[in-house]
Amino acid sequence: MSAFSAIGEEREIDRDEFTPGIEPQATWCPGCGDFGVLKALKQAMPEVGKNPDEVALFTGIGCSGKLNSYFNSYGFHTIHGRSLPVARAAKLANPNLEVIAAGGDGDGYGIGGNHTIHTARENHDMTYIVFNNEIFGLTKGQTSPTSPKGHKSKTQPHGSAKSPIRPLSQQLNAGATYIARTAAVNPNQAKEIIAEAIEHDGFAHIDFLTQCPTWNKDAKHYVPYTDVQQSDEFDFDVSDRAEAAEMMRKTEERLYEGEVLTGRMYVEDERPSYGQEKRAIGEMPEEPLAERYFDEDAEWERTYDNLLEHHK
Amino acid sequence: MTDNELIWRIAGGSGDGIDSTSQNFAKALMWSGLNVFTHRHYPSRIRGGHTYVEVRAKDEPVQSRGDGYNFLLALGDSFARNPQEEAYYGKEELKPLYENFDDLREGGVLLYDEGLLDDEDVDEIGLEEAAEENDWHVVPMDLRGIAKEHGREIMRNTAGIGATAAILDISTDEFEKLIKQNMSGDMQEANLNVLHDAYEAASELDIDHDIEVPEGSHDEEQVILSGSNAISYGAIDEGCRFISGYPMTPWTDVFTIMSQHLPEFGGISEQVEDEIAAAALALGASHAGVKAMSGSSGGGFALMSEPLGLAEMTETPIVLVEAMRAGPSTGMPTKPEQADLEHVLYTSQGDSARVVFAPANIRECYTQTRSAFRIAYEYQIPAIVIYDQKIQGELRNLPASHFDEEPNADPGSVLTEAEIQDAAHHSSGKFQRFLHEPEDGSNVSPRSVPGQKDGRFLATGNEHNPSGHISEDPENRIAQMNRRLNKLDDIRADLDENTSHQTYHGPEDADHGILVWGSQQGTVFEAVDRLNENGHSVKALGVSDMAPYPKEEVSEWLESVDEALVVEMNATAQFRGLTQKELGKYGDKMSSLLKYNGNPFEPAEIVDGFESSIDGEELAASNMKYVPAAGD
Repeated sequence: MSAFSAIGEEREIDRDEFTPGIEPQATWCPGCGDFGVLKALKQAMPEVGKNPDEVALFTGIGCSGKLNSYFNSYGFHTIHGRSLPVARAAKLANPNLEVIAAGGDGDGYGIGGNHTIHTARENHDMTYIVFNNEIFGLTKGQTSPTSPKGHKSKTQPHGSAKSPIRPLSQQLNAGATYIARTAAVNPNQAKEIIAEAIEHDGFAHIDFLTQCPTWNKDAKHYVPYTDVQQSDEFDFDVSDRAEAAEMMRKTEERLYEGEVLTGRMYVEDERPSYGQEKRAIGEMPEEPLAERYFDEDAEWERTYDNLLEHHK
Repeated sequence: MTDNELIWRIAGGSGDGIDSTSQNFAKALMWSGLNVFTHRHYPSRIRGGHTYVEVRAKDEPVQSRGDGYNFLLALGDSFARNPQEEAYYGKEELKPLYENFDDLREGGVLLYDEGLLDDEDVDEIGLEEAAEENDWHVVPMDLRGIAKEHGREIMRNTAGIGATAAILDISTDEFEKLIKQNMSGDMQEANLNVLHDAYEAASELDIDHDIEVPEGSHDEEQVILSGSNAISYGAIDEGCRFISGYPMTPWTDVFTIMSQHLPEFGGISEQVEDEIAAAALALGASHAGVKAMSGSSGGGFALMSEPLGLAEMTETPIVLVEAMRAGPSTGMPTKPEQADLEHVLYTSQGDSARVVFAPANIRECYTQTRSAFRIAYEYQIPAIVIYDQKIQGELRNLPASHFDEEPNADPGSVLTEAEIQDAAHHSSGKFQRFLHEPEDGSNVSPRSVPGQKDGRFLATGNEHNPSGHISEDPENRIAQMNRRLNKLDDIRADLDENTSHQTYHGPEDADHGILVWGSQQGTVFEAVDRLNENGHSVKALGVSDMAPYPKEEVSEWLESVDEALVVEMNATAQFRGLTQKELGKYGDKMSSLLKYNGNPFEPAEIVDGFESSIDGEELAASNMKYVPAAGD
């Protein structure tokens, strides 16, 4: 038996395999957009042919972090803002794993903003889903990095003086090679985008609009939305950086004017992923590192035979 | 003070090649059969600024820097010729000369490069008076001139070595061998010429000093390396193939060595955006089945506090290295201190389960890093190796056979897929990763690795039930907390049985004791020998296990002495506090000798400190602090 026989197993995958056989603690509110992410993610798995044992899901803290409880795969519910660095290393340790990371807008654009930028910059082959509801939910409704300017909350009683972060443009500049925005109310598009993101060889960033019915009552349920790929109004080439940048600018501006634009914003297929780059320069082994620890025939060199010479 | 030794100090400007020259000097002396030990002192600047390295050589193993030195090679600081800088820093080219006056022993030799200095300036610093008072043998030589004649000014280091050899009557054979090994072509030829010329020039001088370089011979093959080398090699030999880090002095040394060598061993090194990420990456790699490490120094380690807690809660094995420098905050980046002990023991929220080892020397840096990996992966717990800037950079020779050990890549308590099939599973399909009562009666619940069939589980920093689902059930909480914390007892028993990290020194029936931890052990042991020669009755215990604490060993030892002086390089007696806390008594038996001025102890200081403490006198030296016993 191979050490990681779940990886690459070829069989029909059923989305229900990703539902835990027990009722997890129901901590999402009725009507929460997070259910939309969960559903789309489960639906995407049979499409990409991944089984639960070969998927490693990394989450941060907050409502989005509960995704791990409802999604039956290998899971690591990390700490606030830190899902990406944990996920990155798991991918480097075993590139055959399907690595997905998820977090909220506070997690990915606030406390973990540094990691979000650097993971995009390095173009790790993984998928990052940001549950963007423009609010801190689990800590009970504080202003988040994507809350609109002037947003009032208990911690910003006079209305926020800060402009919201623009995650699509930011990630384009940082170096992400697949960037999309979708919404919980748009399940088919969400499923397709998640499946594409998983199949993309590089860092795929999905800004997933998830309404918060409890703490962000003024925020729209992100309807009506426009799918930019389906609309005649937006004719742009997703592989053209300048056109994508312009589209993102529009998308991000109009969101705060009440017009929800979703769809693929940028897709770059040429750039090698970080793992490929690292292998090309000889800084990463060809075979997955994790497998060596389970290979009885693996030879483990020792420093005595090789490094001590220099010190003699 | 033993006379049968050479302590050669080379002083110059940071960036002038002082470090590499001293390394070569030490290696050549080792080749000639001597035992060597180096001590580095350098400023937190890239180029310029007073720096020195001491090389102590004896015919027996050397375990500390010794007291002062008996030969100074002062090369002048070549980066300090800008008048504007002079206004700020003073005449830097003179500093290698006069800043080293304090520690040069009576009768010592002072060889300086007059190539850069004006006679008037030398007059001003009072060299003549100081030399007369201390019976120094002052040797001005134009080392720069000799270097320029055959090559470039930078070769004055080689000229200095040649002149040193002549004055001390050491053969130049080993130095020639080094030059031939390290250089080729014109460079090699020029350096050999510089070496010979300086040797000839110095031979013609008439210097009547008393320094005798001892003769030694090793009975087995030696290697000379630093604590950072030893930690890195210990990690690699114990199967570590992943390192992630962010540069910070002095941790950078291990990070650099590992980054340079891991790819050769099929491993991965990642320099990342900050220390939170660094520790998080190590966690991710370990979660995915690879033996991983990260590390930092004080401020960077502070950022790792959260991932460290996550490793404890998710029982993900990792090894972190903490290289101490003087704090608080950024403190003194290039100066050693042992003041991060409490930081490392107590950082991160909640009741902690972690292992902390503090190796005492280069030998222990290797063995205890291996222990740290073995314990971390067998017991699924973070292990920290804490050491300081002193061991980090000091070089010492030891038999190569010390490293002649088999590698161990065993990932510890990870199951194979076949074993996972037979293990307990939850009704949700999840593998029971965090069993309350593991089947083998231990406190270690076996783990699986992503990609293994039917091994899926949730690792979470929240409290969780056996399959990893988040749980706030009170009974589950108690069961999980107890199991995690009880691992420390198991680890203590394992260490007691297999790997004692504590070192006893001196006569067993001595009345007085000196208790010491980490890098100051060798210096204390040397002081203990001298104290016994002086008619005292003293023994020492060097402790290297900080957590879990070796309560029994230390209690028994403390019982066996009338009183104990605890020696450590910090201002608040952190190790003494830990000992008292762990043992719950002996507060009336332990007094402290503390030093925190940026320089490690010298043996004579410990001798003085001990003698004044038992005589009830005040310390004569102002660079140390004595804190009497406080009671329980």
